[in-house]
Amino acid sequence: MPTVPDRRGHYGEFGGRYVAETLMPALRELDEAYTKLRRDRDFKREVRDCLREYAGRETPLYFAARLTDRLGGAKIYLKREDLCHTGAHKINNTVGQGLLAKRMGKQRIIAETGAGQHGVATATVTALLGMRCEVFMGREDVRRQSLNVFRMKLLGADVHAVDSGSATLKDAVNEALRDWVTNVRDTYYLVGSTMGPHPYPRIVRDFQSVIGSETKRQIRKHEGRLPDYVVACIGGGSNAMGIFYPFVQDVGVELVGVEAAGSGVESGKHAASITGGMVGVLHGKKTYVLQDELGQVQEAHSISAGLDYPAVGPEHAYLHATGRAKYVAVDDAQAMAALQLLTETEGIIPALESAHAIAHVERLAPTLRPDQIIVVNLSGRGDKDMMTVADYLGVTL
Amino acid sequence: MARRNRIDACFSDLRERGETALVPFLTAGDPDLGVTRELLLAASRAGADLIELGVPFSDPTADGPAIQRSSARAIGRGVSLPGILELVAEVRHTSEIPIVLFGYYNPIFHYGNERFVRDARDAGVDGLLVVDLPPEEADELYRPARRVGLEMIFLLAPTSDEQRVRTVMKKAGGFVYFVSMTGVTGSKGIDADVVRGMVEKLRPQCDLPIGVGFGITRAEEAAAVAGFADAVVVGSAIVRLIEEHADEPDLVDRVERFIGELKDGTRRSIAA
Repeated sequence: MPTVPDRRGHYGEFGGRYVAETLMPALRELDEAYTKLRRDRDFKREVRDCLREYAGRETPLYFAARLTDRLGGAKIYLKREDLCHTGAHKINNTVGQGLLAKRMGKQRIIAETGAGQHGVATATVTALLGMRCEVFMGREDVRRQSLNVFRMKLLGADVHAVDSGSATLKDAVNEALRDWVTNVRDTYYLVGSTMGPHPYPRIVRDFQSVIGSETKRQIRKHEGRLPDYVVACIGGGSNAMGIFYPFVQDVGVELVGVEAAGSGVESGKHAASITGGMVGVLHGKKTYVLQDELGQVQEAHSISAGLDYPAVGPEHAYLHATGRAKYVAVDDAQAMAALQLLTETEGIIPALESAHAIAHVERLAPTLRPDQIIVVNLSGRGDKDMMTVADYLGVTL
Repeated sequence: MARRNRIDACFSDLRERGETALVPFLTAGDPDLGVTRELLLAASRAGADLIELGVPFSDPTADGPAIQRSSARAIGRGVSLPGILELVAEVRHTSEIPIVLFGYYNPIFHYGNERFVRDARDAGVDGLLVVDLPPEEADELYRPARRVGLEMIFLLAPTSDEQRVRTVMKKAGGFVYFVSMTGVTGSKGIDADVVRGMVEKLRPQCDLPIGVGFGITRAEEAAAVAGFADAVVVGSAIVRLIEEHADEPDLVDRVERFIGELKDGTRRSIAA
């Protein structure tokens, strides 16, 4: 596999910088700053120390014995990103980009958020670094995720409810881009997933790839070899890219991305951009996009707010197009069942996002031999989803 | 292409007359395509020199609330790129006013670049301004567009340094659209003196007419900008007027009057 992206931010035919002229100089400035700092020993140490001392890395690679028994096939390991500070992998990226923004002398941070996990992780890091933080969140998500809104406010962030469009994550990104184009000179846009214009997909992948690097070391220690499968859920794709990337050159390791099929891909109400979308351009990048026959972007649908995005990171589009990774889809009901399965067998309540990955493992593991190994990225914990789960199960809290 | 197209002809005629172009923006299909056609012809009667015809997109990240709402209304009515090209073709029966399609890349990409530029040219479109397609990404549309003689119009912004200007000018055709401020369309508070300074600095690097847009809402502002720009673009103010009077029988008259006032503004600057 060739190394991607190229100098101009392309992953094969995907990626790029599809933004208005006003932002082009800011993307160049960011690219230059990051290209320099990613080789800077002080900066690398600063990020590493902060991840260890503050965010709680490294996270365990845990052998899920009871789940393995229950499914009766391959051995299943869980990469426990749910144990990170703030409850998900999102903090890896916000620590990295927060420190990057600080080095660039930016004092004002903006971010988009869907479920609120990236918003909380951003507000957490800006509190830590003493920076101003403003988060854009669709009005509909503000309503659905009021607890995370409160957390962000407590952490000192201003949360702007976005009313335009469908009032969800895609519109929050639109509004963050509009703010950035207006305040581009003093503002750092802290993008939360492997999306947006170059160099964001690369920066986010690099900061998240600590997940895969640790996993590789840990599985060698546990098993003396690499896994047969690495499985992760995909919204924008940051947790998946983080665990996939260090394995991309290891062609014996099958990489599987799990998209959210919502009510089913055939129903049209889903968030599976690769499985059910077409190549297009949204939010600064060329990639697979959910769109209608006129090229208008459609709303995504998933019970998991963190996967509710109508496009996917360009590197995933590339891994799909080259066949290096496989992408499958899991619907709301399957994800909900998987959440319960993991909770009952292992005493771990996964985030609904991560439950999609577990649901695929539920299908995959029984088809494999007991000496085969699956690693699944448990990207976040499920506390934030308890209202949704209770609702789904018909329980009134 | 050596062929003299409508955009070049328009600017050279204006130069001879010592006038600045007035460029109104209309969202195609707001309130509907029939009315857009009437508005376009009314704009031409009122003295508009070139039309920016907005192609609505679901996620207009460079636009403020007025054009966002207008795009959403048009999409809600099912307005499509083929429908917009039909509208241009109809307008061409009676008018030779230069028309530039203004929009975002995805609907064009989805239509298919090669097919799109041919259909657009055949319909009578003169140029394309694709907001989220900077020159670095533009080749796949730029090349076919140039082959059929369509101009690609690019943006420059207050943040564009000399290196950016050079990059943009390599591909820019028709005229350069200078964005008067960092922000989205419909932002308020253009400072004509500041913009004048930026445009004057741009001149030596720029061998095309320079249009200025963003933040121009009144005839006085149009007049001030016309003092140093080759074209004055007015978008959100017109779109808001259409929004406010969409259901009224005198909508077209009102828009025609307003565009007439703006054109008077641009003419006034010459006398001043």
